[in-house]
This record gives sequence, C-alpha cells and structure tokens, in this order.
Amino acid sequence: MKHVKVFGPGCARCQQTADMVKSEAAKIGVEVEVEKVTDYAEIAKAGVASTPGVMVEGKLVHAGGLPKPADVQSWLK
Amino acid sequence: MSEISTSPAPRPGFVWALRSALGLAVWVAAYAALDPVSKWLVSFLPLAHDGALYAAAAFFIYEVPKVLLLLAIVVFGIGVIRTFFSVERTRAFLAGKNEFAGNVGAASLGIVTPFCSCSAVPMFLGFVSAGVPLGVTFSFLIASPMINEVALGLLLALVGWKVAATYLVFGLSVAIVAGWIIGRLHLESWLEPWVQSLRAAPVELPDRKITASDRVDAGLDAVKDIVGKVWLWVVAGIAVGAFIHGYVPNGVLAAIMGRDAWWSVPAAVAIGVPMYSNAAGIIPVVEALLEKGAALGTVLAFMMSVTALSLPEMIILRKVLSVRLIAVFAGTVAVGILAVGTLFNVLF
Repeated sequence: MKHVKVFGPGCARCQQTADMVKSEAAKIGVEVEVEKVTDYAEIAKAGVASTPGVMVEGKLVHAGGLPKPADVQSWLK
Repeated sequence: MSEISTSPAPRPGFVWALRSALGLAVWVAAYAALDPVSKWLVSFLPLAHDGALYAAAAFFIYEVPKVLLLLAIVVFGIGVIRTFFSVERTRAFLAGKNEFAGNVGAASLGIVTPFCSCSAVPMFLGFVSAGVPLGVTFSFLIASPMINEVALGLLLALVGWKVAATYLVFGLSVAIVAGWIIGRLHLESWLEPWVQSLRAAPVELPDRKITASDRVDAGLDAVKDIVGKVWLWVVAGIAVGAFIHGYVPNGVLAAIMGRDAWWSVPAAVAIGVPMYSNAAGIIPVVEALLEKGAALGTVLAFMMSVTALSLPEMIILRKVLSVRLIAVFAGTVAVGILAVGTLFNVLF
C-alpha cells in the first residue's frame, strides 16, 4: 500500500491528478491510498508553490500542471 | 517487475524535428492561403462592394482564420518556452533577492513561468514562506495574469509587433514599479497572521529529464488547451471589431479616446478596473478602436485594467491578504497603469 498525497485547493486539474494516480495505480497493480490536501498552509509547508503537487510516501515528486501518466506509473513503482 | 506499461515506446530523437518541420510547413501554407481563399469566399457575398456591411463581412472572413492561426503559433511558442521554467525554480531564484533587481526578475519571470489563476494563493504562500520579499512576490503576481500569452499573441496578430512590444514594456513597467512601491511600504504586518508565521523548508523536486519531443508536446498541449478555450471569445470579439470597422466612421473616436483628451486614460482605467473579461475577447475590439483614432496609451490602459485586476482573484487572495493590503495592491496597480498610459500618450 503506497500513500499518495495530492496537493491542491480543489481545482479541476487537482481532481484529474488524483483520479489519474488511482487509475494508473490500478493499471500496474499497485495498491494506493490517495489523500487530497486542500489546506493552503499544509500545501505551503510541503513546499508546493504550484498546484497540483504530488507526494508519494512522504517524498515530493511533482508540482505544477497535470503529470504524464507514464511519470505517475514510475513514481508508484 | 512485469511491464504492463501502456505508455508508448520512446521515440527516436529526430522525430520531433521532423514533426516540427512538417507542422510548420502546414502552418505556413495555411497562412499563405489566407488572402486568396478569403478573397475568393468574399466574392460570393451578394453585397454591394462599397457598402458598410460588405466591409464588415470581408473583415470578419479574413480576420477569423488569420487570428486563430497567429494565436496558435504564439501559444505554441510560449508553451515550449515555459517547459524551461517552473514556479519552484523561479522561487529558488528569487528567494533573498534584493529589491528592484528582484522586482525586475520577478516581473520578467512572471511572463514565462507557467501559472494558472487557481494557483495564485499557493504560489503567493510558497514565495512568501520561502523568503521571497513581499514586493518581489507582488511583481510576479501582477505580471503573471497581465502579460499573458493570449494577449501577446492576439496583439501580434491583430495590431502588429510594435504594439505587442509596447504592451510588453508597458506591463513590465507596471509590475516592477507597483511591486517595488509595495515593497517600500513594508506591509508585511498586513498579511493574515497565520501567513506571517508560515515558514517552509525549500524542497528539491527530482530532476526530470525533459526531451525536445516533450517540449514540442507541451507546446501542442498548450495550443489545444488555450485555443480550444478562447476561440469562441475571439470570434465574438472579431464580430464586434468587424462592426466597428464597417460602421464607425474614421476618426470619430479621436475626440473622446485620442491623445489630446487628457482625461481619456483616467476614464479608461475607471471603466476597466471593475470590468473583467477574457483578453481574447477584448483585443479584437482594441484593434478596431485603434484603427478609428483611439490613442495607444488609452487603449492599452483600458485593456490592462480589465485583465490585471479581477474580482475573482481578489476574493481568492483575501484568504492570505488583509483587505487593506488588497486595497493597496489594487490601488498601486491602477495608479501604475494610469501613469504608464498617460506617459505613452505624451511620448508617442
């Protein structure tokens, strides 16, 4: 089980990113728990200045814009 | 680990060059065909050739494809340029920069750093908590929505590169000066209390290798995304512009929006600030206004007060800024636009 945090104030791209993490995880057979972080202070404390940001197992891997599906898979492996 | 990856196999390096050359050739061919094809189409109109309706229709038929083509190529170019920048890298560059040099850097980076309006608050917090001075942060925040790729592309397409360059210089000056003034006022205590105490450790994102092919893809994505979103606005704007082109007599606007009317810039800002529209809808109108004798400084001041200050953005920013600070922000930007607009009318 991998713990993934998606940082974003609830914009459309943030939702798309969270959905993409789930669907890509299902494709490669990795179990994930996706947590959406919408609190501005929490987003800033994680070091994310452009949303959506993605953190996998406590490590920030992406910030700003929709990630590419291939990248999402590589983070989850 | 078994590979069930659905991502395509990596393309050889030269494919992107081939694709770009092919795309560019198609674009050039389409652009070259604009004049003959639109003339051919217009010849079918059952209208007298010297009428106002004919002038308006001919304008519309030629301008719509031309503007969309030019917009697409500018948006593509900026989409590619933006792959070289990121908000995180910009922040690292600006942290601890002194005033003025920092304002200049922030305003310039505001143009090329990818940034969406729903990111305004995270970006603001991210900058301030990482030690970027408040005034420098504001320079970025002002430049980013005001000088956008759609506005730049449309000005280039409709009114020419000189006006587009003027707009760029105009916008940069406003962002630099307004940010610098806000910095000099030392208003850090006007931030919401929880923002003042927020400290974030700098974070290193893993370096992701971006290939030339990725950059071309990013440019194409930008075209699909932005042109797909604004094309209707562009068509509507050109329709209004076509009406002005066909029906408003030449020079009639010189009296009310010309450079000799000293009050035209304050009036343009006063009307523009509460208005909020898409840059895509407003620029075809700008072109028609200029053609009928309105002064450049007045028209640019109007356009910038419409795009730079928007109520939705202020409401979002209220989460981190006090009302007083928002008022100073809006006031400084409005005065900056006013000053630069007036200066332009005097100088040119």
